[in-house]
Amino acid sequence: MLDSKPDVFSILKTWFHRWGSPPWFYQMSSKLLPWLTIFTAALIITGTVWGLAFAPEDARQGNSFRIIYLHVPVSFLALAGYYLMALAGCIGLIWRMKLAFWTLRAAAPIGAALTFIALATGAIWGKPTWGTWWEWDARITSMLILFFLYLGVMALANAHQNSDSGNRAASILAIVGMVNIPIIYKSVDWWNTLHQGASLKLTSAPTIHGSMLYPLLIMIVGFYLLYAVLLLLNVRCEILANERNSRWLQDVLRQKNQEKN
Amino acid sequence: MYFETLHDLFFMNGHGAYVWSAYGIGFAVLAVLVWLPLSREARLKASILGEN
Repeated sequence: MLDSKPDVFSILKTWFHRWGSPPWFYQMSSKLLPWLTIFTAALIITGTVWGLAFAPEDARQGNSFRIIYLHVPVSFLALAGYYLMALAGCIGLIWRMKLAFWTLRAAAPIGAALTFIALATGAIWGKPTWGTWWEWDARITSMLILFFLYLGVMALANAHQNSDSGNRAASILAIVGMVNIPIIYKSVDWWNTLHQGASLKLTSAPTIHGSMLYPLLIMIVGFYLLYAVLLLLNVRCEILANERNSRWLQDVLRQKNQEKN
Repeated sequence: MYFETLHDLFFMNGHGAYVWSAYGIGFAVLAVLVWLPLSREARLKASILGEN
């Protein structure tokens, strides 16, 4: 007997194929972006004002601790962005999917900038807290390596005349660079470092108080959404650059242009 | 507000320079990160429409 109910796998497969198609991606992201942007701005503004002006100061670190509301969400996304980039590279290599490679290209500069902010805010936080801007300790050094990995992926993707070999080389570097990720996570446990342990863990209750925690959670969600906005914007640019000779894209743009006039 | 005056919010008991410069640098980089794809998108769209 034939089972007419679609199973989870086939639903996922359809979903994957739809989002893998440039015209679908381009049009859906056009509709999604305005909403995503509004939620992102609302969350980040709320979280920033709450964290800077309303959260209580830390008993030991004083007000310098307020840097946490930027430093932690940015660092989370610097890492999550790397997973996404390596996964996109993997999908691109296995299924030779154009959109996956474009996602990899889009993710690299975002990740590099977020890692840079993580390092810069960390250095500024380090000065009043540890008495030093920079320390070659495990967490900081592995984050610096993450920064260079992102730059390396950007360089490889753009170095080749032929974009196919650039995509492949960049994907391989992104995948190999995954070895750095567990090192970053575990660095505060494996080595005796200046960097404090995690305040948030999935497996146990957070070690910070609610009045300090809520703005942090808002900022983390806000930065996930911001990442989505940035990624969509950058992938759309890759679509525009690579599909410029496709009929569908010219039609979509011309239609938009007519609506405007 | 946690601080009693705007002056306190600005100086944060001596940590103001650190906190505000961290946020200043962070949001400046984020602003560039938003602006780059928007300007690239506008340029690409103009050149695609111009060709046809």
